[in-house]
Amino acid sequence: MEQMITAVMSLAAIGSGLGVVLGVAARRFAVEGDSRVEEIVAMLPAANCGQCGFPGCEGAAQAIVEGEASPTCCPPGGKVVALAIAGHLGITLGDDDMEEAPKIAVIEDAICIGCTKCYRLCPSDAIVGAMKQLHGVFAEACTGCNQCAEKCPTGAITMQELPATAGTWVMPKPPMAA
Amino acid sequence: MAHVVIPPIRRLLTRWGIHPDSHKFPAAGLDIVDAGLPPLLVLPLSQQAGAPARAVVKVGDHVLRGQLVAEAVGHVSAHVHASTSGTVLAIGDAPMPHPSGLPGQGITLRPDGLDRWAPREVEPYPINLAPEEIARRVAAAGVVGMGGAAFPAAVKLALGQRSGIHTVILNGSECEPYLSCDDRLMQECAGDIIEGARLLLRATGAQHLLVGIEDNKPDAIDAMKVAAHPYPEISVVRIPSRYPMGAERQLIHTLLGVEPPAGGRAADVGVVVHNVGTAAAVWRALRHGEALTERVITVAGGAVAAPRNMRVRVGTPLSWLVERAGGLTREPARLVVGGPMMGVAVPDLDVPVGKGASGVLALTAAEVGEREPSACIRCGSCVVACPVGLMPLEMANRINAGELGQAEDIGLRDCLTCGACGYVCPSRIPLVQYFAHARGELMARERERKRLDEVRELTEARAARHEREAREKAEMHARRKAERAAAQAAEAAAKAAATQEESA
Repeated sequence: MEQMITAVMSLAAIGSGLGVVLGVAARRFAVEGDSRVEEIVAMLPAANCGQCGFPGCEGAAQAIVEGEASPTCCPPGGKVVALAIAGHLGITLGDDDMEEAPKIAVIEDAICIGCTKCYRLCPSDAIVGAMKQLHGVFAEACTGCNQCAEKCPTGAITMQELPATAGTWVMPKPPMAA
Repeated sequence: MAHVVIPPIRRLLTRWGIHPDSHKFPAAGLDIVDAGLPPLLVLPLSQQAGAPARAVVKVGDHVLRGQLVAEAVGHVSAHVHASTSGTVLAIGDAPMPHPSGLPGQGITLRPDGLDRWAPREVEPYPINLAPEEIARRVAAAGVVGMGGAAFPAAVKLALGQRSGIHTVILNGSECEPYLSCDDRLMQECAGDIIEGARLLLRATGAQHLLVGIEDNKPDAIDAMKVAAHPYPEISVVRIPSRYPMGAERQLIHTLLGVEPPAGGRAADVGVVVHNVGTAAAVWRALRHGEALTERVITVAGGAVAAPRNMRVRVGTPLSWLVERAGGLTREPARLVVGGPMMGVAVPDLDVPVGKGASGVLALTAAEVGEREPSACIRCGSCVVACPVGLMPLEMANRINAGELGQAEDIGLRDCLTCGACGYVCPSRIPLVQYFAHARGELMARERERKRLDEVRELTEARAARHEREAREKAEMHARRKAERAAAQAAEAAAKAAATQEESA
């Protein structure tokens, strides 16, 4: 009888002791969310455009980390961001995943009424313009997030592929041997 | 240094490179002729390595030969001068010698036929000029490397002044098949080259000058030896013929037995390499005050009736040159500006030649020798041929699998894109095209990454601005509210005081 009590008591003591340690550790070293999410957010263009179908860049990062979305889901980021994220998370991207060429906003001069709606909306200040003045897009600063095109009352903004120039041209990959 | 001979051991130990059929004759045996003035000239704004030049003339302007028409932008760039007198017809997109076949910026000039020079600054003894002054005048004349890469010569001179150069190497190897423009220039203008070389020596502060000439050009070696005879600091060295002997690192290693570190420059081992054509251009620029408006170009290839070396104005269209060489005898399979190994394949004869163009080739299908590639048989021929000691087959495999980063890890950056690997490949795998593709792709990614980083900064700056504006607005509201409350309180207090007074 005595032996049994000793065993139960000692096991209970060990258990409660470890329980306290674990409880304290859980409080002390708690991780708020997945740290990878923050790292991925830092890689995304921060346009919060919603083209990926998730609520903002943070939502997309969450989905990518959880494996619900592909790193290629971000059109403004394009191939560069997709490759960076894939490299960071150790995911292999298929060759054909990123076929679509990057697009940027182009304003049709004849239709623009100078309402400044797009100018106020652009997350990267890529549009210049003033009330009743023709607006213009800085091609260098545009990520092609499409938010301006959605809000343009006259449909003057379209997303277009950048024309290839001698400066941006890349020699195509030669066909593989049969 | 008067008698420099390549040690036989180094000759024996050299395994890299290839020995393609030279195809240098008949052009190499005939003297240089003047190509004359074409009806239209197109001066490319981007005919030098580095940033494109910015046009400083307007459409309709009349310009003189040697007049500045576009100025250098940034540190690595070069001036462009009118190559004859005439009227500026257009400034804008024009056909350019670029592998993409896409147009580029150029100045179209209609010659007036008078070929009048702008005022030239003649200097009887340019060797007495200070090194900085030599570099300044070389830059003002728009001289670039004439070997093909078209690196601005003045930038290289300035680099030399900074980094303690002891030896200048003049590159007269001309290892590419078909080309013989440097060979002819050395035979006919050896004096100009040697005088220019002495100016390069003075400008860089080096003590020795070696002229490396491949042993398949005995006449050029003789002519250069005679011209260099009075100057003990200059020695002309016979080097073995093999491709790519004219590559900077290979030439330095062959002549001096040292090798610049990977990713480093020739200046890291105290050497600077210039092409023989560049030396001649430097002489003409300083002695006669002539801007770089013409160069010698080899017009050759199986489809050309009478291959010849010609003195050509910068901006002359290919069609004019081919016509001057007797026209085409058959439809060429490929048109190339530059050498057959490293030149640029161009779509048609409308493109102009720039300062860096050493050849214009119209090659027949038999000369191109293109076949369907078959699978790699892992023979290792490309590894032996590679002048840099890389493993082309491994790099191509990785690029094929989309692993560009891994290809970079095994030396993609050190590749010269000389094409020796593809030349020896028995399976005819277009190895060098893989490397050109991968390098272009990596560069494009780097550009895009930088751009996205900048856009990110803009986005964050905007978010911060909005936050600040909102905060300021809220603060203002709070302040107004407080002021209003204070005013009301004061009013109430005044009222209370008044009623108290009244009641009292």
